[in-house]
Amino acid sequence: MNIAALTAWLDERLSISTLAAMAQKKEVPVHRHSIWYYFGGMTLFLFTVQVVTGILLLLYYRPSAENAFESVQFIITEVKFGWLIRSIHSWSANLMVATLFVHMFSVFFLRAYYPPREITWVSGVLLLFIVICFGFSGYLLPWNKLAFFATKVGTEIAGVIPIIGRPMLRFLRGGDDVTGATLTRFFGFHVAVLPATATVLIGIHVLMVQLHGMSVPPDLIDKPVKKMKFVPNFLLRDLIGWILAIGVLAALAALFPWELGEKADAFAPAPAGIKPEWYFLFMFQTLKYLPAKIWIIDGEVVGIMAFNLVALLLFIVPFVDRSPQNKRRRLVFNLVGVVALLFIVVMTIVGYVT
Amino acid sequence: MGDSTSDKTSRYFGSDGSTPPTRRRFLDYLLGSSALATLGAIVYPIFRFMSPPQVIESTESSVIAAKVAEIPVNSGKIFKFGNKPGILIRTASGEFKAFSAVCTHLECIVQYRGDTKQIWCACHNGQYNLNGKNIGGPPPRPLEEFKVNTRGDDVVVTKA
Amino acid sequence: MCTHREMKALRDVTSSVRCAIMAFLTLLLVFTLASAQKKSSCIECHARLDDSKLSAPAKLFDNDIHRARGLSCNDCHGGDPNSDTKEGAKDPSKGFLGKPKTVDIPAYCGKCHSDANLMKRFNPSLRVDQEREYYSSVHGKLLRGGETKVATCISCHSVHGIRAISDPLSSVYASNVAETCATCHASADYMRSFGIPSDQYTKYKTSVHAAALYEKQDLSAPTCNDCHGNHGATPPGIASVANVCGQCHARQAELFQTSPHKAAFDQKQLGECITCHNNHAIAKPTDHWLGINPGSLCINCHKPGDKGFVAAGSMRSQIDDLIASIGKSNDILDQAERAGMEVSRPKFEMKEATDALTHARVLIHTSVTAEVDKVTAPGLAAAAKGYQAGLGALSERRFRREGLAVSLVFILFLAGLVYLKVRDIERRQKQAAIADEG
Repeated sequence: MNIAALTAWLDERLSISTLAAMAQKKEVPVHRHSIWYYFGGMTLFLFTVQVVTGILLLLYYRPSAENAFESVQFIITEVKFGWLIRSIHSWSANLMVATLFVHMFSVFFLRAYYPPREITWVSGVLLLFIVICFGFSGYLLPWNKLAFFATKVGTEIAGVIPIIGRPMLRFLRGGDDVTGATLTRFFGFHVAVLPATATVLIGIHVLMVQLHGMSVPPDLIDKPVKKMKFVPNFLLRDLIGWILAIGVLAALAALFPWELGEKADAFAPAPAGIKPEWYFLFMFQTLKYLPAKIWIIDGEVVGIMAFNLVALLLFIVPFVDRSPQNKRRRLVFNLVGVVALLFIVVMTIVGYVT
Repeated sequence: MGDSTSDKTSRYFGSDGSTPPTRRRFLDYLLGSSALATLGAIVYPIFRFMSPPQVIESTESSVIAAKVAEIPVNSGKIFKFGNKPGILIRTASGEFKAFSAVCTHLECIVQYRGDTKQIWCACHNGQYNLNGKNIGGPPPRPLEEFKVNTRGDDVVVTKA
Repeated sequence: MCTHREMKALRDVTSSVRCAIMAFLTLLLVFTLASAQKKSSCIECHARLDDSKLSAPAKLFDNDIHRARGLSCNDCHGGDPNSDTKEGAKDPSKGFLGKPKTVDIPAYCGKCHSDANLMKRFNPSLRVDQEREYYSSVHGKLLRGGETKVATCISCHSVHGIRAISDPLSSVYASNVAETCATCHASADYMRSFGIPSDQYTKYKTSVHAAALYEKQDLSAPTCNDCHGNHGATPPGIASVANVCGQCHARQAELFQTSPHKAAFDQKQLGECITCHNNHAIAKPTDHWLGINPGSLCINCHKPGDKGFVAAGSMRSQIDDLIASIGKSNDILDQAERAGMEVSRPKFEMKEATDALTHARVLIHTSVTAEVDKVTAPGLAAAAKGYQAGLGALSERRFRREGLAVSLVFILFLAGLVYLKVRDIERRQKQAAIADEG
């Protein structure tokens, strides 16, 4: 039995050669903005790291208020390389959110959402929200003081939304307060609901990219552009990035191990200066700056509704700005994008410094 | 990495830009084996992770406080329950009882006294009965009681 | 002429009105009965007087526990509360006793409070021997001898506005006792004629007991009456001090009784416990008290070479060793924690060592080095275990960093190789493209 015979056997049954031919044809444009093409794949790679480390953690983690903290403590002290798997999982989550933001903004500014790529964009925005939910639900799982209060505040903020806020809060918390029921529920979201949804959406997202091929920036549309083959050129370059990412994750895990903190205590007062994870910080900080009342509505409610509105607006971007010809609209959108990016960056920094 | 790479490449690639087959084979061989090694270095920790550690489970809501045989009748033993001390008592009638061992007065560790058949705190002469109720001295509240079950040879204590 | 229906309606209305009137009258009766205090002309008159000394009793009596039990002025002072004239109310033939003389106060109160059959009617669990106990006290003995400048019932319990002892506003509530005693005992002038100091209150307020009582609100903490007694108030005799302190500090007292100090102190007429710990200004003890260094208490009696001197020195060094060992272990565990290692379990287990230290500090009351050693030895073992855990954590950290360095070398090497591979492939592709065109 040699490789050729094996390949032939598989090909007869799985049409590998057809897929291989398709893959061979795929090309990636080469221009000065090509660097941004790597970020989608990097996000996917980090997602894979999350799935693998997450499944490994599942072998020892216990999702109940009595056991969760101790089980994580067990993982990082008793289980061989447990410290490594856990720290990689926590760090990779953050890196993934970061690369996802870079990917989203680069797609935005390079207009990779122009027709026919609207579905790709919409599935991407959905994935953004899914990943944020992943982060929010995963953060609670060690059941430490910081996470407990971050969850309390976060779900409290959700509860402020008019009409649907209260039922939403009860749905998230599994009751009126953050308890063991919340933990079990978040665990269910984190390891079952969200991964299933994410898999479907990633499937759609990647399929769309294969169908439509890689986009080019608006200025290069209808112009001759150098191309490189996806297989093996681009893929090997991707691989370099992924290998370096593994190195970065290993370094972060060994040099800056993720803290465990103290076990959550529902009756203790909130620790001073609690902050949410960095990717929520800009919203958290903005809410702090809003006045107590805007017109007759609570400042907080206005802020939250504003963010929700922006989130909804994200969806309709490719339906509003859909023509490379419309230079004015492109300019407006660029400005909006830059303002949004600056806002997020500045507010995040302010959140950390104060 | 820049300089050394171009040095390397100028060694690998001949003046006409092509790579001699032997060097290419060497590169492939090196690539293949280090890829395998790295894969091994990733898979090895994963396998070690999955193999059960010495202490097999995180003890928390339930703890094996002692073996039945090692607690004589009418005696007590201090054991660790999570990150707090607990006291396991075998009464004169042979029954097992367990309580938090932290005195409710000023948090000293209590002990069992076989002579008075009570739980006693040596710090300020606090006394508790075998239901954990504070019956003498300064302690203002009873001791928290835990549930005790025997499972074969083991005495298992769980939060009530 | 009314119809049958109208008649029924009228009857209904009438019966409802009748019900309402009955209800009102019943309520009125109940209310009157409920608020019925027996008539007391004493209070009616005295409350209206201008002289505050005379009107005070009537006003204060509102809060008195005796009033709450249905008693009034005449139940103590005699007389006729129904009479509206001064002569009628204060008629000696009606049993009027007037204001008692100081020497008669215990008997005055004892009229009821020493009568078991009477007290049973009000509070069966109350003691009835206070009067007898009082005469065993220093106050009582002096009073018997004619000295009127002493405390009697009303000095501590106040008079006319007497509250239950469980009432936080009572002058004899746990956290008010010291202040009540201090009204006389803290006055240098007042105490001069008795030849006793007047600094006990000030000293007590500096003590750990006062801190527990006043700051931590620990009502089980001792105040004046817990050591001196209340009705039988007398400073404990020298040979019984350990028994008194031993009410709470049972372990230390027990150990002291079996130590060589017991016999020595009793023989030398030295107060047990208080010789080292003071009686009123009981401060938190420090390790410096023990040992042979200047500033320690042991050298006040013990001279170099005697058994006690040797024991003091060795006990102190045992404790110092344990403290040093615990400190070393805590330092290394803190260091490991700061470096990011998870050491909460070993840190918890260090409690064993600090517990041993507490025990050791108690066991010095035996004055026997071997007894102290029995607890310091396991303490040192626990501290050593913690130290090893700390070392382990730091070496694990070193291992991880070394492992990281090695892995990074391999990872970078692999990344470099892949890069070379890419260059190689692209060069070949370019060549093939050129070959095609040419």
